[in-house]
Amino acid sequence: MELTLTEIIKLILLLLLVICAVSVNFTKSLLQAVIIFLSYSSVMCLLWILMESPDLAITEAAVGAGVSGTLFLLTLRRIRSEHDSPDSGDGISGREDNEV
Amino acid sequence: MNKERFKAWLDGDLDVMDSVLDLDETSDDSRDKQKEELKKLRRMIDRSGEARRVAKVETKGFYILYRCIAVISCVLLIGVLLFSIANLPRYGEENPETKEVVTRYVEKGVEETGAVNIVAGLILDYRAFDTLGESHVLFTALICVMILLRLDRKNTRTGYEDYYAIRNETAHRLYKEAIMRNVAAVLVPCIIVYGIYVLLNGQNGPGGGFSGGAVLGSAMIIFSAAFGFKVADRMITQKLCSLVTFIALSFYSFAKGYVFFTGANHLENHIPKGTPGAILSGGLILPLDIAVGLVVAFTMYGFFSLFMRGAIGRD
Repeated sequence: MELTLTEIIKLILLLLLVICAVSVNFTKSLLQAVIIFLSYSSVMCLLWILMESPDLAITEAAVGAGVSGTLFLLTLRRIRSEHDSPDSGDGISGREDNEV
Repeated sequence: MNKERFKAWLDGDLDVMDSVLDLDETSDDSRDKQKEELKKLRRMIDRSGEARRVAKVETKGFYILYRCIAVISCVLLIGVLLFSIANLPRYGEENPETKEVVTRYVEKGVEETGAVNIVAGLILDYRAFDTLGESHVLFTALICVMILLRLDRKNTRTGYEDYYAIRNETAHRLYKEAIMRNVAAVLVPCIIVYGIYVLLNGQNGPGGGFSGGAVLGSAMIIFSAAFGFKVADRMITQKLCSLVTFIALSFYSFAKGYVFFTGANHLENHIPKGTPGAILSGGLILPLDIAVGLVVAFTMYGFFSLFMRGAIGRD
């Protein structure tokens, strides 16, 4: 099986996709997980272009890597500030800071 | 220093709209007070975390069982998915089961829908009901976010009210970061023009309602993030958002819902299809694209605004 340049690039991107998908699960920090997930979307966007579906590539770039990233960051901020509120003592404990 | 500010923002201690260049000295006092209160609350929560850790040790057996079940179900799911992938036809090869439909779409698509872009012809003509459902899913999602996150006098918890009052006040102050504002002033018009191009050109090239709407929505998000919600509220209000979304969705529903009354076989368009390749071609596809795009754009902005401050605009 001979490999053209496009196929090599495709294989590298697919490998990156798998690495991103797995490392999201094994990242301790939520912020890092969000950033890795965004890079997953960017890689997927390139793959859509290589698979000749530019429609999906535009949508993936705008929604996957753009808007959903903003929403994830806002959600992270929101759950952390809700965590500091008086009546959410049963919230998920995800923060490790020693400032108190 | 920026890293620290970003971390503080992520922890909810600092609002982005709070700028370093902000020379408002009176607010420093209240901010300090607010921070002290936050520290007190955090101490309370740490104590409850201790109790949770104790409970975790007691339910250790349950956790082991839980992990075993999780691993087994993951392996089973992966096995089922891999097995079904092995039975799929190879990428790019003809699939004998769906061959007739696909051949018909490719051969007669341009003639029947008037759209050069077969994908647009598919999702907005042959399978227009799918897209109708998808836009309603977005609408429902916006409503759910509103139910969960919208803040007004009726649902704000007592004691929490001041906190959000302070936050809203800072959000309404003019943002003073020069870099962000200048970059946004150059970028936002370009993004909007690109979004309109993608939106209107859906029947001729890659693009269409969803992608164009998402690009327009991100332009609105960048604008309101750079210039502050006070400026954005001049254009985008709660009323405008609900009105546009409602009109777009009901237009789509009426345009594609009439087949319920005329019978499902009566699917022909009464709008001229035009020359394939021109902007005004594809019959109903262009108006439907615009409707979907408006719904998506306002939904994206609504998500951002509701997550950020609990309201879409002044109401």
